[in-house]
Amino acid sequence: MEDLAVTLARAQFAFTMSFHIIFPAFSIGVASYLLVLEGLWLKTGKDEYLSLFKYWRKIFAVAFGMGVVSGIVMSYQFGTNWSVFSDKTGPVIGPLMAYEVLTAFFLEAGFLGVMLFGMGRVSKRLHFLATFMVALGTLISATWILAANSWMHTPAGYSINEVGQFIPENWMEIIFNPSFPYRLVHMVLAAFLTTAFVVGAVGAWHLLKDKNTATARKMFSMAMWMAAIIAPIQILAGDLHGINTLEYQPAKVMAMEGHYESHPHGAPLYLFGIPDDKAQELKFAIGIPNASSLILKHHLHAPLDGLDTIKAEDRPPVVILFWSFRIMVGIGMMMLCVGIISVFLRWRKKLYDSPLFHKFALIMGPSGFVAVLAGWITTEVGRQPYTVYGILRTSQSIGPVEAPAVGASLIAFVIVYFALFGAGTYYILKMMGQSPEDLGPLTESPVRIASPHLLEGENND
Amino acid sequence: MIDLSTIWAGLLALSIFIYVILDGFDLGIGVIFPFLDNDDDRAIAMNSVAPVWDGNETWLILGGGGLFAAFPLAYAIIMPALYAPFIAMILALVFRGVAFEYRWRDKRHEKTWDRAFHFGSFVATFMQGIVLGAFIQGIEVEGRAYAGGWWDWASPFTFTCGLALTAGYALLGSTWLIMKTENGLRDRAYAIAKNTGRATLLFIGIVSIWTPFLSPKIAAQWLSFPHIFFVLPVPILTLVLAAITAWGLTKRKDNVPFLATIGLFGLCFAGLGIGVTPYIVPHVITIQQAAAPDVSLSFMLVGALIFLPLILGYTAYSYWVFRGKIDPKAGYH
Repeated sequence: MEDLAVTLARAQFAFTMSFHIIFPAFSIGVASYLLVLEGLWLKTGKDEYLSLFKYWRKIFAVAFGMGVVSGIVMSYQFGTNWSVFSDKTGPVIGPLMAYEVLTAFFLEAGFLGVMLFGMGRVSKRLHFLATFMVALGTLISATWILAANSWMHTPAGYSINEVGQFIPENWMEIIFNPSFPYRLVHMVLAAFLTTAFVVGAVGAWHLLKDKNTATARKMFSMAMWMAAIIAPIQILAGDLHGINTLEYQPAKVMAMEGHYESHPHGAPLYLFGIPDDKAQELKFAIGIPNASSLILKHHLHAPLDGLDTIKAEDRPPVVILFWSFRIMVGIGMMMLCVGIISVFLRWRKKLYDSPLFHKFALIMGPSGFVAVLAGWITTEVGRQPYTVYGILRTSQSIGPVEAPAVGASLIAFVIVYFALFGAGTYYILKMMGQSPEDLGPLTESPVRIASPHLLEGENND
Repeated sequence: MIDLSTIWAGLLALSIFIYVILDGFDLGIGVIFPFLDNDDDRAIAMNSVAPVWDGNETWLILGGGGLFAAFPLAYAIIMPALYAPFIAMILALVFRGVAFEYRWRDKRHEKTWDRAFHFGSFVATFMQGIVLGAFIQGIEVEGRAYAGGWWDWASPFTFTCGLALTAGYALLGSTWLIMKTENGLRDRAYAIAKNTGRATLLFIGIVSIWTPFLSPKIAAQWLSFPHIFFVLPVPILTLVLAAITAWGLTKRKDNVPFLATIGLFGLCFAGLGIGVTPYIVPHVITIQQAAAPDVSLSFMLVGALIFLPLILGYTAYSYWVFRGKIDPKAGYH
């Protein structure tokens, strides 16, 4: 019974977390995009920026709502299923999350009302401030939660008391734990890239319908600049993150790389293979000799240990990591391709006249979400079999819950999430299908009622 | 006596109270949603809380997150003990939360999302009442963990508390609508407030009389010195505020019933507080026992002292931007 409860609780956490991360990954990027759009509108006075702002604001409202409600689940799930973990790590992780609520969640939610419904009720300057606060809130939120998450990977600045609780010793060491800066940069860039590819796909869709749509051209162009600039930076950031992981969580990197065996004279970079945990070998491996040593150690013949140096009970599951890592990297490379092609087409003045490229950008629309999920699966599954790496095992983190209770709630979450967030995704896609040009007049007279659908039409006042 | 853990218990109690009031009225609007006259009124009612509900619900996250951070042991005991009500509450909040946006995006399924809004609000409220009831009723603890079964929370008392909170939130919601609307919708809200007001008062009576029988320790605490001096004024003030609410409802003073209702909630909260302090898991684990170490509490206190006033400031500002009556004409698009 005990083991089943752990498995189910892990499944529940993975499921609710995977759903949840999609919304912040998107809303971090869209909030910043909205800030840029409103800023450009205030600076240039061009209507196309205001149209785009209102267009993406509607989509943001739906995504943000889904993020809030799926986030509440997370803040209670620590206690319902993982109460031993909560009791032990609460003194360290709890304050980080409390700071997230105090400095970020309230900021976002407090100014969201003004941003969504306050145009015309407050001055343009104040409205812009509200948009800024929402965008700032999303970034502050990411900072705290990634500090907490990173601490679970690379715990620092703590001691352990007589009842087994982690006690903070040095807050700076806790917050700025060794993997935090890398994880933060990697995740925020991922959020920006994810949004850029969604915006790019929406732009491409409307360009495919009519390549002369001004707003579609504008958003496609902005998104492609982001892809061209951020994708290479992200690849570099990911590489540095990987090197950091090698230092603090070598077993995770061994699993990602498929290195069952040690390579004292330089390790190959396996591009493909079928990991076999039973045989402890990578079957049908195709690799580039010594390339892994070059990437991770910046030296062709640097020795790299394999999973054979790790005790069996301390190894993460290789199959999941091997593939999730390859999916993430593969998508990253394709994003880089989009960025490079876009620069080339822009240079040839063909950015808006290349239906084939627009189709490619359209297909790449959801790629950021897949990459974010694959990346998180890589890092979190790679943390196994621990919740606090090297110290607190997952099997010792669970609370006094019984498998039927966890199983029943898991089923409830699955049904409710698929139904409700499925509907939400459908509505978002429907809104994306509409052209920003069809939003109606952009009058800015006072709006007397706070409802998104009324903002789109004309006012009575 | 006044140490960091006591300060944090106070801050947490304050957050939970603010949550109860703020989300109370917007959940309450969901509870009375089907009893409004027509779709236009329902649209106005929902619009009256649309700009603020995210912020209101954030206080719940602070409640949960704050408990986790400041009193990890209490969090680790209470959550498993109330597993089913918490999961049901969370799922219900998901339903009603998405309805705010979905309702406007899909005219064909407007009724579906209205139902999601109503039942989500009702179930979330009812479960919060059950949590409150189970908290009073007591939680079985062994060592550092919950030791009871996963249906222990279910009892006639907790279900009564569920109904009581439903009546209370419905009163908050209807008096909020009285304050924010005009004409037919306001008339309807007045009628609903009179009924929910009577129900709320009745339930306050029932729960107040039942509690000391159920928990002799709370009774003893209520009657002991010096608590009794704080306890005695509570029923008297409750009757005074109930009279003010009734007066506001009969004389149609639009702002009075909502404010008086907040007072009623405050008194109930105070009565409970006097009955359970210094325990955080009533009569098993004290505030001090459950508290995180001072180094955690002081680190957070710095943040709370800086940010809570700011939060209250810009929350008040947001309410001020959307102040006054909602123009009902704007609802007829």
